Amino acid sequence: MALGVTKKEKIDGLAESAGVSLAASAWKRLRRSPVFLIGATIIGIFVALSLLSPWLAPHNPSEPMLIEQVVKARNEIPPPQPGHPLGGDLQGRDFLSRLLVGSQQTLIVGVGATLIGLAGGLILGTLAGALGGWVDSVVMRIVDVMLSLPSLLLAFSIAAMFAKPSQFTVILAVSIVQIPVFARLLRGSMLAQRHSDHVLAATALGVKKNAIVFRHMLPNSLSPVIVQSTLVLATAIIEAAALSFLGLGNPDDRIPEWGQMLGDVQNVFDTHPHLAAWPAVCIIIVALGFTLMGETLREALDPKNRR
Amino acid sequence: MALLEVRDLTVVFQRKGEEPFRAVDGVSFDVEPGQTVGLVGESGCGKSVTSLAIMGLLPKRGAKITGTVSYDGTDLLKLSDREMRDRRGRDLGMVFQDPLSSLNPVVPIGLQVTEVLERHRGMPRKEAMIEAKDLLDKVGIPDPNRRLKEYPHQLSGGMRQRALIAIALACRPKLLIADEPTTALDVTIQAQILSLMKELVQDLGTALVMITHDLGVVAGLCDEVNVLYGGKVVEKAMRHKLFAEPRHPYTHGLLASIPRLDAAPGEKLTPIRGSVADNIPWTSACAFAPRCPNALDVCRAETPAEVEKLGRLLRCHNPVVPGTPAAEEVPV
Repeated sequence: MALGVTKKEKIDGLAESAGVSLAASAWKRLRRSPVFLIGATIIGIFVALSLLSPWLAPHNPSEPMLIEQVVKARNEIPPPQPGHPLGGDLQGRDFLSRLLVGSQQTLIVGVGATLIGLAGGLILGTLAGALGGWVDSVVMRIVDVMLSLPSLLLAFSIAAMFAKPSQFTVILAVSIVQIPVFARLLRGSMLAQRHSDHVLAATALGVKKNAIVFRHMLPNSLSPVIVQSTLVLATAIIEAAALSFLGLGNPDDRIPEWGQMLGDVQNVFDTHPHLAAWPAVCIIIVALGFTLMGETLREALDPKNRR
Repeated sequence: MALLEVRDLTVVFQRKGEEPFRAVDGVSFDVEPGQTVGLVGESGCGKSVTSLAIMGLLPKRGAKITGTVSYDGTDLLKLSDREMRDRRGRDLGMVFQDPLSSLNPVVPIGLQVTEVLERHRGMPRKEAMIEAKDLLDKVGIPDPNRRLKEYPHQLSGGMRQRALIAIALACRPKLLIADEPTTALDVTIQAQILSLMKELVQDLGTALVMITHDLGVVAGLCDEVNVLYGGKVVEKAMRHKLFAEPRHPYTHGLLASIPRLDAAPGEKLTPIRGSVADNIPWTSACAFAPRCPNALDVCRAETPAEVEKLGRLLRCHNPVVPGTPAAEEVPV
């Protein structure tokens, strides 16, 4: 009797999985994956923090409220004290507030660079994948050239080309580096779509070329690109931090940014390691969160892993 | 005049540095309005390539197409890409083998039906939706209003194929090409789909080119049958004649190899020996000779000519004598 019940349940389960969409079945598996939950929690906290930081931060991050302590003792960094649990930075600004508000810049740069890179990659990838022939060859050779340069080096070179560095130039430099990754990925899955049965079927119905590309090929090619974008978010955050660290970021240090905070304290690192450790740990954790989520998302959406 | 006249259709695939491959080699057949014509043969005999060539769906590069395919008097092979695109879906419809992969997985069924109506009949979306509902109803999909909003993966295999037929027939084409439309379905659904196609073809007066390897499908549906082997038509006759009296050893072998329910238990099946890989080129021999139980010396030395006699077209040096039982018994 008990055996009969389990068998019936099994059959019901099978029937269910047969009619479930890719997204739904992926979600079902993601919900049970501890790795995904960790990644999602990190990102959830990070996004909440960056949105709420103006209210959460105990002080104004750009106000040098501990400046007397810095001036009194030369080259002194205000230590942790009541009201300022992490102390102050070189300019006597509250370190905790700067750390909290710094998440905003990181989010803006990360998301901005990923979106621009995604847009560029979509355009190039669609062109190459949809038109094929010489357009494909030209686009892919450009992509190959971009990929042959180390991405960080390319980002430095682009950022250094601008006479006046700003937040926007950082975003631009980081996003241009991401374009070839997206372009190549999209082109690959577009090519696979091009030879798929449903595209042939649509062609056999006389559907126009535009509609075939945008209604039939593109929407079916997007899922690897979406997964890639979460992974690229992590890279973008690290690269933006690296640019700021090297002084190619926003020179206006009133708005805190983790990479820049890291760069500012280079000279006092041996005496006050906590100033470098905090922003570094923040960058690592956030990048880790996006990577964990991206990897599990990729596994969940891979049809080969579907039960 | 026939609705579709295929004359001497030849498709040669040529890749750089490789021997050209003649997938279709001088195929000719006619389809009268409202008639159902079958193209039968095993995998690799050129049936699907023939259908893709008629629809103009073969890649421009690498495939050389010669001969004529005249539809209502115009040679489809001479039309520009744009003109051909306007005709596909409107004058010629096509149903493919695998109903799941032939539907766009991310677009609801309804939009996939209205897409053709908007494209070829210029209907506004709302009007097209009403028409789409009627179409789904006509092909026997229950609760069409709900199904219009569903995605392909939510439909059963049979329903998907019904939806594809609805899409192919949405603009009332005069000719429908069905490329193994029942292969991916289970047997009970096959029968339903075939009777649906038969019914629709009769109701709408659509001519049908049925491409299949399944002689059962041919027996139930086709008026005239072309048997293809190695890219050439080896035997062509009206259905009854072909089934009652197969003359080409290949046709005879195909019919003899069908398992019969009334056979004695333990009776061996009668396959055709060898495989398509054993083919020799048609240039100076009969391609079927290496597998043919009737093969003579002349079969390996001379290409058999096409002979038309008593309403039957035959390409064979040594045809089967009417009344011969299954050629040989091979343990399976």
